[in-house]
Amino acid sequence: MTRQDRISDLEAKAKDEILILDGAMGTMLQKYKFTEEQFRGERFKDWDSPVQGNNDLLNLTQPDAVRDVHTQFIEAGADLIETNTFSATVIGQGDYHMQGIAAEIAEAGAKVAREAADAAGRPVGVLGAIGPTNKTLSLSPDVNNPGYREVTFDDVREAYLEQARAMAPYIDFFLIETIFDTLNAKAAIKAVMDFRAETGEDIPVIISGTITDASGRTLSGQTAEAFWHSIRHAKPWAVGLNCALGAKMMRPHIAAISKAADTRVIAYPNAGLPNEFGEYDELPEQTAAQLEEWAKSGLVNVLGGCCGTTPPHIAAIAKAVKGKVPRKIPEPPRAMRLSGLEPFQLAS
Amino acid sequence: MTDTASQIFINIGERTNVTGSAKFRNLIKAGDYDAAVDVARQQVENGAQIIDVNMDEGMLDGVEAMTTFLNLIAAEPDIARVPIMIDSSKWEVIEAGLKCVQGKAVVNSISLKEGEEQFLEQARKVQSYGAATVVMAFDEVGQADTAERKFEISERAYKLLTEKVGFAPEDIIFDPNIFAVATGIEEHNNYAVDFIEACKRIRANLPHCHISGGLSNVSFSFRGNEIVRRAMHSVFLYHAIPAGLDMAIVNAGQLDIYDDIDPELREAVEDVILNRRDDATERLLDLAEQYRGQKGEVKKKDMSWREQPVEKRLEHALVHGITEFVVEDTEEARQRAERPLHVIEGPLMDGMNVVGDLFGAGKMFLPQVVKSARVMKAAVAHLTPFIEEEQKELGLDKVSNGKVVLATVKGDVHDIGKNIVGVVLGCNGYDIIDLGVMVPAEKILEAAIEEKADMIGLSGLITPSLDEMVFVAAEMERQGIHLPLLIGGATTSPAHTAVKIDPAFPSAPVIHVSDASRAVGVVSAMMNEDDRATLWGTTKARYDRIRESRAGGPPTPRLPIGEAREKAFNTKEASAPAPTFTGVKTFEDFDLNELKDYIDWTPYFMSWDLAGRYPQILEDEKVGEAASDLWRDTQTMLQRLLGEAWFKPKAVIGFWGAERKGDDIKLGTGDTLHTIRQQMVKTNEKPNFALSDFIAESGDHIGAFCVTAGAEADAISKEFKDKGDDYSAIMVQALADRFAEAMAEYMHMKVRKELWGYAGDEALDNDALIKEKYRGIRPAPGYPAQPDHTEKETIFKLLEAEDRIGVSLTSSFAMSPAPSVSGLYFAHPDSAYFAVGRIERDQVEDYARRKGWDTRTAERWLAPILNYDPFAVSTDEAA
Repeated sequence: MTRQDRISDLEAKAKDEILILDGAMGTMLQKYKFTEEQFRGERFKDWDSPVQGNNDLLNLTQPDAVRDVHTQFIEAGADLIETNTFSATVIGQGDYHMQGIAAEIAEAGAKVAREAADAAGRPVGVLGAIGPTNKTLSLSPDVNNPGYREVTFDDVREAYLEQARAMAPYIDFFLIETIFDTLNAKAAIKAVMDFRAETGEDIPVIISGTITDASGRTLSGQTAEAFWHSIRHAKPWAVGLNCALGAKMMRPHIAAISKAADTRVIAYPNAGLPNEFGEYDELPEQTAAQLEEWAKSGLVNVLGGCCGTTPPHIAAIAKAVKGKVPRKIPEPPRAMRLSGLEPFQLAS
Repeated sequence: MTDTASQIFINIGERTNVTGSAKFRNLIKAGDYDAAVDVARQQVENGAQIIDVNMDEGMLDGVEAMTTFLNLIAAEPDIARVPIMIDSSKWEVIEAGLKCVQGKAVVNSISLKEGEEQFLEQARKVQSYGAATVVMAFDEVGQADTAERKFEISERAYKLLTEKVGFAPEDIIFDPNIFAVATGIEEHNNYAVDFIEACKRIRANLPHCHISGGLSNVSFSFRGNEIVRRAMHSVFLYHAIPAGLDMAIVNAGQLDIYDDIDPELREAVEDVILNRRDDATERLLDLAEQYRGQKGEVKKKDMSWREQPVEKRLEHALVHGITEFVVEDTEEARQRAERPLHVIEGPLMDGMNVVGDLFGAGKMFLPQVVKSARVMKAAVAHLTPFIEEEQKELGLDKVSNGKVVLATVKGDVHDIGKNIVGVVLGCNGYDIIDLGVMVPAEKILEAAIEEKADMIGLSGLITPSLDEMVFVAAEMERQGIHLPLLIGGATTSPAHTAVKIDPAFPSAPVIHVSDASRAVGVVSAMMNEDDRATLWGTTKARYDRIRESRAGGPPTPRLPIGEAREKAFNTKEASAPAPTFTGVKTFEDFDLNELKDYIDWTPYFMSWDLAGRYPQILEDEKVGEAASDLWRDTQTMLQRLLGEAWFKPKAVIGFWGAERKGDDIKLGTGDTLHTIRQQMVKTNEKPNFALSDFIAESGDHIGAFCVTAGAEADAISKEFKDKGDDYSAIMVQALADRFAEAMAEYMHMKVRKELWGYAGDEALDNDALIKEKYRGIRPAPGYPAQPDHTEKETIFKLLEAEDRIGVSLTSSFAMSPAPSVSGLYFAHPDSAYFAVGRIERDQVEDYARRKGWDTRTAERWLAPILNYDPFAVSTDEAA
């Protein structure tokens, strides 16, 4: 089956059903309680800095565990799975001094996800996860120097371009996710477009922002709708929100995107908010019940989970929304839609 | 398309441009970025909806200056909230800018100057950075000057962008070059006309695009003569906006109002802009000498307005956005007003109405309106402590009549109307929770729940707010927050409310409140269950009509009459104790002086086509003078009328034993009163009412009345008319109508307190009477609760109205003499006014049977409320 076949199958399915995305990779891998030695494996046993916690490295050192998590989510009903490559960029790997093998990590992550998906016996799409990096383009890390930036747009764009090239052979979609600074996402979009221009390969892109708190804004200050205006030029296959909030607090913002976006809407909230130990307590049925209401209200086309969601969560969500009609993609009137932190519209 | 274009105009702030502002240029060159950031902030505060940033200066490193400045303003939420226009003639500066903005920005500009290849490459890059772009009318030959060239280049660029690049046409903004006119060079004389003509052709032929321009160019030849330049800018916009210009780079804080320009100057400027005469430039140059050097002199010229009366001064300050004297003027007005609130309701509201009218007519622009709002806020802020003190004195602060959550919806910042409503309601003893502007739905609903609000009021001025209101309404429905929802603001309308908002939220009243003066009435009605039902009923009926006339499609479904009857309001107990008598009594010898106090004067002014509430109408800016003149003449007439006892009012009242039988009411006399039942589908638990519902199945009573100001009025009116004094003739008639209504009010009060006597302890003032705050109703046939006029016949027969007081019915069941009122009395505590609304064929056929009519006759009398087309049937029958 080619990428185009899989995408066509998934698009056909998405006409009648809400597609199911997998749950959290990171919190699932934490359950293995891998030691520093296990993270390092044979190849990196003499590495000069600690690497425990570099989950993306496990693509190279513990690929069976990563594949097993993918398989569990596929068995739970996922139509789409995310590669374990959230931080697999030269910027993200900098903390572990592993920028030199960032591309290798990204490629391994894409490959293991492809293997798990191809073993499913049904079309499962692989989303090449492109995380936000730990640097932000719109904010200064120095309060006394608000004009200062730690990285440049081109630094970030090049990091993403390298990651995109590494994953491309194995994946069906790019997923630019957990966007807390829209300018980083715009650099990722530019990278995807540059990749398209250099290879002629048209891999669709899915974009998911993150509303970080009750203010209803991204970390860099945009409202959900302003965020949509900023990234709409990517002509995403789907757009939505993930992480940071549980379903309850995410709802108004996903509703705002659902109303504005003339493409599919994807949402994968956390399993509620973490308790004081940083653990997620929300039960699969609790998450599923809330997302079922979203489905009934016609807010979404793709549903899944972020931090704290397990295969039972995904199975419960899949069960709850089975047979529900997906959101109908609206056709908003033509207008020039700009944005600053807030949306701007001038009718045509 | 052109409609929207002519209504929406975007101001792009021009001051953060080193080529246009010497001040900004000096700040950037000196590296004083803090002060430069303040310039950006002032622009946004002054109403710029996009800010243009330009660093094209020979001595500057454009890439570095652009990057530094954009990174700095990204950290200022009050600036960064608006989109940025990245303005440079150097592509590398534009690209550097694009790498700094997280929002969707506008590039200014790209063009065909260096050929197609470069144009396409730059356009693709703009697209990959996610920006819209300005396209200059500039090609390999040069800048376009004629309308023909401006259009041709734009069309060529449009085709390349949409067909070769896949650029979204709505993200293309053409700049067809605003050039200086009146330069003394004859070829330049037609430049403004060329621009305007090009706008028309671009908008007509290149769908979805926008047009912008740098406004200050047009007046370039009058540098140093601020007054003439500003006049030229206003006149230019006045003509270019309707042609399709929908954005312009302007100094948002400095635009004159078209109507305010000295007419002689305006005429001369218009001659130049529109190239209307050969000597236009010379004439303007001559005239301009008078204004030369008057940069700061606007004030001197303006000072004459300080000599006007205080109301006019407030208006002037509002229209011109001058805060300088507003506190002292407001104070003066307050000292002269009876209550501080009257200053708001009177001169301040009047001034804002003038602003609204000028804005609506395209003679004021948004930044000016924003400045007006600032003046208004200053005035209201001055008055607020006095109003609060007054409330304290009157003991109003302790009693809350209800709690209202007010908000300007998400995406909208206009709050003048909402603030006025808040103040007015606050003065009437309501608790106001004002959530401010840009409030998302979930915040509004949270506040409503937390504060245990009684209702929610939404406000908005711009069109997208309409959709947001629909969204809020739908959320209230979904979350089960079934509070009344009040809708207000300049773009809201009964039609939009009926067609879009009301259907999204069927579980509670959705009421469109057309202006602040109506807010108190609506809110008080919403706080009282009966009034709420009545207002909701009549509003719903109105919405139904609007929807039906709009839809033109199939009528809204009705319940079968059987089902509607199952949803009847069933009273178990009799309305009230028996009246003091049964049968009919006549009342005469009324004291006109006493009746006079029961007159509701507002409809009196309405009958003269003077809109406004009495007594405020006397001070009304527009009609106040006319209203006051009329009022003086009326008082003179009234004195004569009372002194000579012109009218001989009479009343006849009857009470009878009554029983409900289905939708009819059987009287002890053997007569039957027929009523009609609502058949609308109600999603709430409200019953489907018919008037018979307010009568018990046994042992109940009903009353009826007919009152008249008497036949004398007609005779006196005729006397005046015969003498050629139509003014007095109409006045007598209008007064007679008022006396008849006053009689009806007065007799109803007597019925409640004495004759039926179920409300002996009622104590209401005239205002409360007018608001119908009492128990019991007096519906008249032909009105919404019983739309069948023919029922008057039974009432008149029972009352022996013609014999007793000389009132008869015409063949179309109008009363003669005209100043008469009749109706039924219901005393049931739950009785309330409602509107029957549209009814279905099944009820019409049933009603015909009960009335002893054929269906055709019933359809004729009920024509206005049929939910079907009766003639569609005759075609069937014929076929």
